[in-house]
Amino acid sequence: MEAFTSLTAIAIPFDQVDVDTDQIIPARFLRKHRSDPDYASFLFNNARYNDDGSEKEDFILNQEKYRHGQIIIADENWGCGSSREAAVYALLANGIRAVIAPSFGDIHYNNGMKNGMLPVRLPIIDCNTLRKQIHEVPGSRVAINLLDQVVVGPEGTNYSFDIDPLHKHCMVNGLDDISLTLEHEEALGAYEKKRQIEAPWLY
Amino acid sequence: MAAPKTIFEKIWEAHEVVKRDDGQSLLYVDRHILHDGSFHAFGMLRDSSRTVRQPDQTFGTPDHYASTTERTLSEMTDLEAREKVELLAANANEFGIHHFGLEDIRMGIVHVIGPELGITQPGILLCCGDSHTSTHGAMGCISFGIGASEASHVLATQSIWQRKPKLMRVTVTGQLGFGVTGKDVALALIAQESAACGVGYAIEYAGPCISQLDIEGRLTLSNMTIEAGSRIGLIAPDDKTIKFLEGSEFAPKGRKWELAVEAWKDLPTEEGAEFDKEVILNGSTIAPMITWGTSPQHAIRITEPIPDPEAEPDNEKREAMKRALTYTGLEPGQLMTDVSVDRVFIGSCTNSRIQDLRLAAEVVKGQKVKVWSMISPGSGKIRQQAEAEGLDRIFTDAGFDWRHSGCSMCVGLNGDLLNKGERSASTSNRNFEGRQGPETRTHLVSPAMAAAAAVTGKFTDVRTLMERR
Ligand code: SF4
Repeated sequence: MEAFTSLTAIAIPFDQVDVDTDQIIPARFLRKHRSDPDYASFLFNNARYNDDGSEKEDFILNQEKYRHGQIIIADENWGCGSSREAAVYALLANGIRAVIAPSFGDIHYNNGMKNGMLPVRLPIIDCNTLRKQIHEVPGSRVAINLLDQVVVGPEGTNYSFDIDPLHKHCMVNGLDDISLTLEHEEALGAYEKKRQIEAPWLY
Repeated sequence: MAAPKTIFEKIWEAHEVVKRDDGQSLLYVDRHILHDGSFHAFGMLRDSSRTVRQPDQTFGTPDHYASTTERTLSEMTDLEAREKVELLAANANEFGIHHFGLEDIRMGIVHVIGPELGITQPGILLCCGDSHTSTHGAMGCISFGIGASEASHVLATQSIWQRKPKLMRVTVTGQLGFGVTGKDVALALIAQESAACGVGYAIEYAGPCISQLDIEGRLTLSNMTIEAGSRIGLIAPDDKTIKFLEGSEFAPKGRKWELAVEAWKDLPTEEGAEFDKEVILNGSTIAPMITWGTSPQHAIRITEPIPDPEAEPDNEKREAMKRALTYTGLEPGQLMTDVSVDRVFIGSCTNSRIQDLRLAAEVVKGQKVKVWSMISPGSGKIRQQAEAEGLDRIFTDAGFDWRHSGCSMCVGLNGDLLNKGERSASTSNRNFEGRQGPETRTHLVSPAMAAAAAVTGKFTDVRTLMERR
């Protein structure tokens, strides 16, 4: 996966609670392979396009100022619902590398982490402030520095955030955690032996 | 004396292979289930030249893309969907995992066949690349949904990194009334506590109403746990759990069965164990529920009017409610019993088990459907059982479309979808915008309520139909 250390980019305010992964990528696109040349258009497809394929003007991602945005500032419970990792693939296909929200669906949060798309949890009041500031000056930039665990708002305010050290390590180094796990091969082998003795009915 | 423990802590601790100082634990995965949407996970495994660590603990079945009209691969006309079903079979064969293919009677929705075949057992840790893996928790185990990358990690290492979630106990007090099911308990809970109340928590369900529920009802409740934001919804095993599992194909046999049952009896939460959060739901006040909006938390009793967003003090919630009403084309104050239905779907991992079909059949018996209605049993075995009991005849005589098993219209990946603008009564778990097709409107209900909608052509309090009998 692509490493993530820092990013300064146009931020997109997404004013909606409970944005589920069915909205992020509707089910009919899940059958498509990630290499599909149209993958980017699957993102928010129902909200983003008319039946004839033309863009719905009022949808945020279609607005000129946000077209090259790479950071979404969201509201509560972003990415709830289905475990589809394709939601992350569709965001990445559109150049979105980070989502800042007060809370995330747990599985979507992990899926982002595994794919170099950084989910950042900030308090709801800070997310509201950021979205408001961006609405006032569309096209504003937000900076995220993962090494220092800090978000810098368009007006220069710093917001620090928490992240699991293991997640950070993998993200910063672009590591897949399987190799990390395999360093524990001995412990895994020992566990399996023990489990077979303690719960023989499972084997 | 050691502090009293919860069932969750007991199972969690028994699965910790490595515990890091930063709070992450490497947990052992006893059983891993995959489906025909898991092709990304196998792809990643292959790309990194890795293999499946414990094929014997790994199971696969097609469900998301399974056709509900054809039962052989060669008959499947949707070639992209067929490719997914074939891909799973090929992956299963290559890596030597258990596989119940389209033509196997044991196939079905992952969360239905796990408990049914005894793959899911109390005390285990189970993962599946699907958010409704919370379902299996009703059997007294820790089970949670994972993404494709995580699934490839489990395939390769039979383990997964997790941070211990906080613990919430939901106690359902009182007694469930006539016509009230596990589905109604789930919707009542989410309506009371919100669709995000469980984020970051594992939930344990307890109390007299949980004991009162049969295993099917408990599976429905645990299934909907993810709609409350929590990935894990545990219910301590009891005699009903043990009876449900006894004799199933992958459950232990003979001496091993005795050992297992003995161990399962030690699992329940001990008196005095502490939870991070306690929620009480009064089961006696729950009525058959229905959703009016686009989130499972937009649920009301069938007897109640649709709430007015203007009465909602929270700005964001108010906006979400307005947006939902615009989407579903309904008005505040309206009664759902005045709203007509275009189609009825009975199925999905939430409500497609034999008990669900029996409840629906009781309502349908001797009646005719007023709108196009379909049933997709949760597994090949359930379909067979229903046919042995004559339920299929009750449904087909009434005009229902009696289908094969699969996820079907819950998500429509196999092409079973509503037409644009249509409104459904559906026993599935998600009423999200566009879930059953673009611009379609889904109203979540129990199987009995769905059956009532089918025979009346509008949303109906099933109790009024049953009382007249
Ligand atoms: S029935 Fe629906 S919710 Fe259940 S696994 Fe299938 S698609 Fe997911």
